[in-house]
Amino acid sequence: MPFDRNQMAARLAADVPEGWCVNLGIGIPTLVANHVPAEREVIFQSENGVIGMGPAPAKGAEDPWLINAGKQLITLVKGASFVGHADSFAMIRGGHIDLCVLGAFEVAENGDLANWATGENDTAPAVGGAMDLAAGAKRVWVVMEHTTKDGRPKLVEKCSYPLTGLRCIRRVYTNLAVIDVLPEKGFVLRDLAPGVTFEEVQAKSGAKLHLN
Amino acid sequence: MINKIVASVAEALDGVKDGSTVLIGGFGAVGQPDALIEGLIEQGAKNLTIALNNAGSGHVGVARLMEVGRVRKIICSFPRSSDPVVFETLYREGKLELEITPQGTLAERIRAAGAGIPAFYTATAAGTLLARGKETREFDGREYVMEKALKADVALVEAWEADRWGNLVYRGSGANFNPIMAMAAELTVAQVQHIRELGELHPHMVGTPGVYVNRVVQVDRGGDWLKPEAR
Repeated sequence: MPFDRNQMAARLAADVPEGWCVNLGIGIPTLVANHVPAEREVIFQSENGVIGMGPAPAKGAEDPWLINAGKQLITLVKGASFVGHADSFAMIRGGHIDLCVLGAFEVAENGDLANWATGENDTAPAVGGAMDLAAGAKRVWVVMEHTTKDGRPKLVEKCSYPLTGLRCIRRVYTNLAVIDVLPEKGFVLRDLAPGVTFEEVQAKSGAKLHLN
Repeated sequence: MINKIVASVAEALDGVKDGSTVLIGGFGAVGQPDALIEGLIEQGAKNLTIALNNAGSGHVGVARLMEVGRVRKIICSFPRSSDPVVFETLYREGKLELEITPQGTLAERIRAAGAGIPAFYTATAAGTLLARGKETREFDGREYVMEKALKADVALVEAWEADRWGNLVYRGSGANFNPIMAMAAELTVAQVQHIRELGELHPHMVGTPGVYVNRVVQVDRGGDWLKPEAR
């Protein structure tokens, strides 16, 4: 059975060690925080200047001045701090974020990421902090469905959409597999979802998939 | 005696000229100076260039400023926030110039303007469409893009507390773009929830020293803006 959204997030969360400072993108990446056990201290940073973000507030305990990058209400954990945008992005650009988790339209075998624009003329592009994170975080992992809704591969030889960052993705978590992106080798299978085969993952990928 | 507190939003925005570049603080609705944006609509300045993170939602605030035709150009990182109906219509009709800037680059361009730095190099966007036409340079084997400081005529910012010197204290994630925007404009206007006596604000808590602030107006925001659809 392929992973569902929460299982993908949980599979990724299992690989996040204690002590990392982690920035989560919008969508499935946001779910990762729910799957890091409370006893494992991981610091979640939000681009709008929150370091030490906690889960969503209980009803009645919302603080309207406390939101994350997705504009959702959040809480703080003990040890949390605030900074403004210049300092938040200094933290990001300056390489102080151990891991950034993003969604993607496409990831290429050289690590190129496309996740911000589809190139359609009537839709305004919207980049947010994705390019800063792609360029600045110590490592960037992608969590996404393995293929598009109409079955096209999202792991590709070369991205067809406009790039967010060049050679920046180190690992991809999909509903089918966990795949490393290595500079010399390209896509290398690391793990499979239960009941999924290497051949199935290869068939649904647009580039060569290597076994270790 | 230094006293930057003014009695009304109209007084706070007096003199804003047509063609101004206006920085508007906030990330989503948090730290966004709603009353000053409404006041700018009333004030009537047109042909504005505005710089902020998002491009407004629904038909209020920044969206309304654009809808009533006051904005020539918008510089932002993420125009597609919740319900960006006005932005999308104007953009599709070619009535609004859009400059997309990565969020961290937007922040640093504003900070640089306030800090007297005309330009800087960043790895952000190197090799992408957003680096097109910009000077690039290699440092230690990596490509960087030159980005220019973003100076403004006016900054509209929001804070939780202020004193008559214009010292500002932010609340929660409400600082976001506000401290750097306050530094980067000729005229910085702050909307605050509470006015405190001089000396009441703890020096360690001041997020923006009053030196950067020209006018302060107190606006009680009430509870309405806390609704989820206002975020």
